[in-house]
Amino acid sequence: MNVQASLILKLLVVALLACVPLTGESFYIEIVGKILVMAIFAMSLDLLVGFTGLVSFGHAAYFGIAAYAVAILSPQYEAASLWYVLPASIGLSALAAFVIGLFVLRTKGIYFIMVTLAFAQMAYFIFHDTPLGGGSDGMYLNNKPSAAIFGWEPFDLTNEVHMFYFILVMMVLVYLFLTRILQSPFGRALVGIKSNEHRMQSLGYFTFRYKLGAFTLAGALGGLAGFLYAVLFGFVTPELLSWHESGNVLLMVILGGMGNLPGVIAGAFAFEAMREVFADLTKYWQLLMGGVIVAVVLFLPGGLAGIPGRIKRAMQGGDAK
Amino acid sequence: MSEAKNKEVLLQADKLTRRFGGLVANQDISVTLERQMIHVLLGPNGAGKSTCINMLSGDLPPSEGRIHFMGKDITGLTAAQRSQVGIGRSYQRTNIFPQFTVLENVRLAAQSRRQQPWRIFSKAMEAKWALEKARACIDEAGLGKRVDWVSGVLSHGEQRQLEIAMVLATDAQVLLLDEPLAGMGSEESASMVEVLKRLRQTRGILLVEHDMDAVFAVADMITVMVNGQLLECGPPAQIKASVAVQQAYLGTEDSFHV
Repeated sequence: MNVQASLILKLLVVALLACVPLTGESFYIEIVGKILVMAIFAMSLDLLVGFTGLVSFGHAAYFGIAAYAVAILSPQYEAASLWYVLPASIGLSALAAFVIGLFVLRTKGIYFIMVTLAFAQMAYFIFHDTPLGGGSDGMYLNNKPSAAIFGWEPFDLTNEVHMFYFILVMMVLVYLFLTRILQSPFGRALVGIKSNEHRMQSLGYFTFRYKLGAFTLAGALGGLAGFLYAVLFGFVTPELLSWHESGNVLLMVILGGMGNLPGVIAGAFAFEAMREVFADLTKYWQLLMGGVIVAVVLFLPGGLAGIPGRIKRAMQGGDAK
Repeated sequence: MSEAKNKEVLLQADKLTRRFGGLVANQDISVTLERQMIHVLLGPNGAGKSTCINMLSGDLPPSEGRIHFMGKDITGLTAAQRSQVGIGRSYQRTNIFPQFTVLENVRLAAQSRRQQPWRIFSKAMEAKWALEKARACIDEAGLGKRVDWVSGVLSHGEQRQLEIAMVLATDAQVLLLDEPLAGMGSEESASMVEVLKRLRQTRGILLVEHDMDAVFAVADMITVMVNGQLLECGPPAQIKASVAVQQAYLGTEDSFHV
């Protein structure tokens, strides 16, 4: 796929998504909004898994911390300012990722997977077993944040359509942000670390700093996703931080194709769509889901992102050159 | 070139010892490397040459002994820090970024000299200085015709040249090269020897090598190691004439081409 065709396709997808509110169906607006939030979450994890080679199995922690942060920071009887709770929630997730990163990034491979999981479980139990966030029942976000700036309100997050477009804009911004970062010297170094960290060190790179930067950034973007999730649904539970969620987002990345942002967005869509469709079909939907994921890993090693290349090769093969 | 410059000591290792549990891989190894000099570490398999080069590059901390670079004690520095002060190395097994182009491999090496990880919005490919430097180093290593190739498809010899280009892009004053000629055909080998001679003009090179013809063609100084110990150190003529070296290494089952 050449650059122009790819750009047109991307714009088309965004245009199509922008049309979802025109259906007027709250059900679709909410579910596509949720998928877009998960797409942001999956892209943030892909920065670690797909580009830096760090398989984090505790990414839900940063999602959940920001989600709880909005709920806790919002006063009970009035709306908090979006321009305060948004940076604050993202900042808290970034801070948590930075501190946790200082520890987990000293480990490698299977140990890294286990330690990221362990920290996420600690975060889970902080919200599950202490009164901080309402314990295992979770808590409601009584008032969605207000976007008002000195009395002027550019948009209203309590309006489902405004909320949807806010999420869509955020997803596009995250995509552009990550695309840009990957072209920077920082991003190139991350890809080098994924390919061969030892070589990067012998070339004089202090790879720990780069990995910590990536881990913090991924935590911040995961936090953005958690923030949007909390505002979209208006309540938070400890389950947002559970290892199931860390596993689900990892599956979205694998399903879509590690290291390919459009693929990962598609992975989030495919994952959530399958969940809806299979859950409608049978109460054993997780069996079907597992089967599909096994099939993708076996037969589509590059994930959904690998499909265009496969089609292209198949067509060229059929050209009888 | 003044006489004084010829004597500039770049790297000095004093009595390096490395133990792995009860095994002494290196015992009291001292090596001196001067600018404009190719110093070869010679010895049969298992003599401890790679252990020695790993201690010099920072990949392995020595159990005992000190290492000085241009007068400064660098024993406690990590591999990345040593690269930053001017010590570059290549590996025995080719160690590149195979999915990147030749240019990107070397550009990434050049970028390591000006690390600004916080500048996440600048474009790496717009940093002209890094690209220019990468191209110059690729030319210097004799790979000019392969700039835009994906490095994984290069021939073995070309990949070794690429490794050298990467080390050059880090402004290394000392090149630690672990068997740069291993697995090369005679033609590739000869051109690599030419590259090494050219690089010697401004830098110091420490070489681990098995290829005897090449060793005696380029070496200014040879250190012979056997069983983790230093057997003899001197100019090639002295090593060739040494009875101890012949007995331990050249004469017996390990006689290569001599």
